[in-house]
Amino acid sequence: MKILVCISSVPDTTSKISFTDGDTQFNKTGIQYIIGPYDDYALARAVELKESLGGTVTVLNVGLADAEPQIRKALAIGADDAIRVDVEPTDSYFVAEQIARIAKAENYDLILMGRETTDYNSGVVHGIVGELLGVASFSPVMELSIEGNHAKMTREIEGGKEKLEASLPLVLGCQEPIAEWKIPNMRGIMTARTKPLKVVAPSGESLTSIDKYNLPPAKGAVKMIPAEDAGQLIRLLQTEAKVL
Amino acid sequence: MSVLVYIELAEGSIKKTSFEAIFYASKVAEMTGGSVTALAIGEASAAELGKAGNYGAAKVLHAGDSSLFQSNIIAYSKVLLEAVSKTGAKIIVTAKSSLADAVTARAAGALKAGVVGNVTELPDLSSGFKVKRSIFSGKAFALTQISSDIKVIAIKKNAISTVETSSEAAVESFSISLDASVFDAKVTETVKASGAVSLPEADLVVSGGRGMKGPEHWQPLLDLAEALGAATACSKPVSDLDWRPHHEHVGQTGVKVAPNLYIACGISGAIQHLAGVNSSKVIVVINKDPEAPFFKAADYGIVGDVFDVLPKLTAAVKAL
Ligand SMILES: Cc1cc2nc3c(=O)[nH]c(=O)nc-3n(C[C@H](O)[C@H](O)[C@H](O)COP(=O)(O)OP(=O)(O)OC[C@H]3O[C@@H](n4cnc5c(N)ncnc54)[C@H](O)[C@@H]3O)c2cc1C
Repeated sequence: MKILVCISSVPDTTSKISFTDGDTQFNKTGIQYIIGPYDDYALARAVELKESLGGTVTVLNVGLADAEPQIRKALAIGADDAIRVDVEPTDSYFVAEQIARIAKAENYDLILMGRETTDYNSGVVHGIVGELLGVASFSPVMELSIEGNHAKMTREIEGGKEKLEASLPLVLGCQEPIAEWKIPNMRGIMTARTKPLKVVAPSGESLTSIDKYNLPPAKGAVKMIPAEDAGQLIRLLQTEAKVL
Repeated sequence: MSVLVYIELAEGSIKKTSFEAIFYASKVAEMTGGSVTALAIGEASAAELGKAGNYGAAKVLHAGDSSLFQSNIIAYSKVLLEAVSKTGAKIIVTAKSSLADAVTARAAGALKAGVVGNVTELPDLSSGFKVKRSIFSGKAFALTQISSDIKVIAIKKNAISTVETSSEAAVESFSISLDASVFDAKVTETVKASGAVSLPEADLVVSGGRGMKGPEHWQPLLDLAEALGAATACSKPVSDLDWRPHHEHVGQTGVKVAPNLYIACGISGAIQHLAGVNSSKVIVVINKDPEAPFFKAADYGIVGDVFDVLPKLTAAVKAL
């Protein structure tokens, strides 16, 4: 089993978001970066599959050098080697194009990634990669098992789920509970330092770019209603907030 | 410019979010001097599809072959590509959903199209083609320029207010021959919560957290949801603990909802939870801890025990 896991490096989910340079740049000051939470699920499942079926797990990040701690963490969790495409991941198509170019040369059985990144929430990279490679893609996948050349999956659909089966190779956008997030152990952290990390140059160009950022307007003060008089809330929702 | 809107069907009806997408597409067509064609894939009556006209679509292409009744990412994307080539559309609009994302993504791959999702406003055409989209799970917005020839725009639910007219769209059957390989993947089972209000589409949502104490205590919350006609949701630990099904989990790593009203019962309001609900128009928080962080994000709050407050709310709704 030859698996590629694509990981994003994103601000920690508790980050306070702000912008600089006249709201044209994301303010990285004080931001802690993590492996994209959905990508982290994909990685955990990939490592489990490798442990049970044998094979290799390669991690791929499209990103600048500041993503390397997250790549090393993925290696510590159990990936064998890593590739970083040295460019800012600004656009879904552009990122997918880098992934597809690398994947084309390597014939992976499985390409796993998160269903979306938690910074730009686009949720389309898996599909674009699948199309560019001419390989089937599914998302969001919440269960995955492999038997021979065959994958059994559970995909979340609105208000439920569907079980489906397909032949490899596949590109999958993953989400919980496909696996539990893994925490690297000491041995993993030590060996990760010497695992190969190849840096390659990008090609192609972004199809979208951000002109300006802004924050949502501040929320007004909360109106408190005494618990004894809870029914009053319903009246306010009808007459004041007009949502009922 | 010719605009194609990919719409979704749920049990034979056009989804509410798809009406928003049709309306958005018709406004974009107006701004760029073109017309709107809608593409519907799956099972629906001509009368239902004609309603696309109420929101501005001139025509609906209906790919209604029975082989397409079951949603199929690969087949749907091929149909979408055919519709793009038939209409010559330069702009593809859809309502963001996990299926629409997966389908339009493949089409974007084939068309080398820039994709922008979670769009909240009509485009700005003053220099190039810019759209405002929500990013960081609702914590910020980004005005994004799309420079590709063909553009894919996925709009965020409940962000666009629509105007309904009585026009009807002409419905045209759209059949294309699909390679057998697109049906390689087999859906072996579909499990759907039946009868209940669909969470991603819901206008009203009642949600429970760990403060609900256990699955056996959910009845008061379900009663309120039923009285309101609301969908039910939960926090991540609640679905992790299997108190409630996974598709009810909202937040950063769950469903992102944007209802008119979100009522949070016994949820602390962790930042990852807020990320999935901060686009709600009105937020009500019921928590016994006056210091719960959720109150800071709320419009209305009640400090109290959920098991005491919920029945009072249900009674008040019934008395309306
Ligand atoms: C990467 C990452 C992603 C995450 N994604 C998500 C996500 O998508 N969605 C999500 O929800 N969480 C997510 N979390 C978890 C999140 O951080 C919180 O742990 C979680 O939201 C807490 O759930 P809760 O509010 O139900 O439980 P708690 O934090 O335990 O809060 C329970 C609340 O109930 C109140 N309470 C208790 N009893 C009563 C009572 N009788 N009456 C009234 N109130 C009562 C308490 O005062 C408390 O405020 C994520 C975490 C991480 C690290």
